[in-house]
Amino acid sequence: MTGRVALAAAALLLAAFLISPDSFAPLLEPLTRRGAPAIYTQTSLWSLTVSHLALVAGAVAASAVIAVGLGVLVTRDSGRDFLPLARMVTAVGQTLPPVAVLALAVPVLGFGDWPTLLALFLYGLLPIFENTLAGLTTLPPQVVEAARGMGMTPAQRLWRVELPLALPVILSGVRLSAVIALSTAAIGSTVAAHTLGEVIIAGLLSSNTAFVVQGGAVIATLALLIDAGFRAAEAAARSRAGG
Amino acid sequence: MIEIEHLTRRYGPRAVVDDVSLTVQQGEIVALVGTSGSGKTTLLRMINRLIEPSSGRVRIGGTDTATLPPHQLRRRIGYAIQGHGLFPHRSVAQNIATVPRLLGWDRARIEARVDELLDLFQLPPAEFRNRRPQELSGGQQQRVGVARALAARPELLLMDEPFGALDPVIRAQAQQDLRRIQRELGTTLLLVTHDMTEAMFLAHRIAVMDHGRLLQCAPAREILTRPASPLVQALAGETARPFHLLSLSQVADLAQPGHAEGPPITPDTSLRDALAQCLWSGRDALPVKGGGVVTLAALRRAAAGAVPR
Repeated sequence: MTGRVALAAAALLLAAFLISPDSFAPLLEPLTRRGAPAIYTQTSLWSLTVSHLALVAGAVAASAVIAVGLGVLVTRDSGRDFLPLARMVTAVGQTLPPVAVLALAVPVLGFGDWPTLLALFLYGLLPIFENTLAGLTTLPPQVVEAARGMGMTPAQRLWRVELPLALPVILSGVRLSAVIALSTAAIGSTVAAHTLGEVIIAGLLSSNTAFVVQGGAVIATLALLIDAGFRAAEAAARSRAGG
Repeated sequence: MIEIEHLTRRYGPRAVVDDVSLTVQQGEIVALVGTSGSGKTTLLRMINRLIEPSSGRVRIGGTDTATLPPHQLRRRIGYAIQGHGLFPHRSVAQNIATVPRLLGWDRARIEARVDELLDLFQLPPAEFRNRRPQELSGGQQQRVGVARALAARPELLLMDEPFGALDPVIRAQAQQDLRRIQRELGTTLLLVTHDMTEAMFLAHRIAVMDHGRLLQCAPAREILTRPASPLVQALAGETARPFHLLSLSQVADLAQPGHAEGPPITPDTSLRDALAQCLWSGRDALPVKGGGVVTLAALRRAAAGAVPR
């Protein structure tokens, strides 16, 4: 209950800050030096937030489609041989530092949103893939056996039984990826992606701590809210799946 | 009618089911018994092709099962397993409706069938239809599992240790319900069990398996009195044999004219229970409700293998 109140307060505070950042200037002024501006105004914080979220949503959606697809593939009889390969691909995606991906991607994809999208996409594959795998391989064996024995086709078993029962675990993988992507997306602004990282970088370049703090605080609050949203969705899926 | 002809399943050089032939008549109950690893479950699962036979053939109502796509074959065969395997994300009604939905029945027909089955299994539809499986007791879950297996009126029902997870009291009730329902519907039933008492109670014939081979398939009385091999005799339980034999008949089969003291027993009591009452109350004869008596001497003869009436 107190958790919910705190979350609601955080959401309200975030909305208030994005709608009217100037009203928060007195709060941030102590962090500035020599009369530097307390609030970042180069680009509207509202539009940076929207594009930051859009970038994360796009990357996580792509990770989810590919990682869940891979997870389904390697748990089928016909796809079992691909498990080591899929494991390797997703693990490499996770171990390559996003900043290295950006550096490598810029010559090919140019500056802007695309290198960031790629880096976040690769970075997000592993948690979703591993959770999909865990969800699909730990289903109650009698339930799977019953689905076969009832005469469901492999596709019917997947859509009507396996995925609905694995959904809570898959969602928790998506949650992890989304939260990681939300904070990682900030570095995209080093290659001119339109994200809240822009505020932080501007703060670092001009030694303006107020900018760094406001960029960081907005990202952190968004991460908290998204985490809570996914947890609620997981709980709903879990109760629907009979857990 | 199911005709199993020379059915074999090999894993490498080892035959888990070895050249088994067996014919089950329409409406008959056959229990497959044997030690674990005897191949009884593999044999059962080859009938609905959850396991593909290495060689041999199964015909159901004259149709060779190998000629049908496996999922279509399975929709025609009821299947109930130990631990029920109900779908936890579906309501009781949705669980029971699984196969009818796969077969594309229309909604009204499915709803009517679900309610009919819930009534048959003494689960009031209004109360149980929308519950989740995990909100039911073990016995109720098991009944829903069997109802689901019967939903599309299969001509054949396969059961793999369906009562294995139930406590003894609920299990006895479930066995009686199954016998009643099987008689009502006339479904052919093939049942895997390791419980000889269960096999004796339910089955018209008992098929004894060992190391993949079918040793004997015969009515319970024959398995007990004329076992085909020492192994069948051992599986049937040598020390329990007299009690098994008694449990196959009822007081009505053994009643004779006469008079006895004490509280009467009903004609449908098993001879085994009648013997227990004689011993416990120290009487040599028990009056039977509706006239006649059953004597300890007659019970002893029946326990030694004499066929009552």
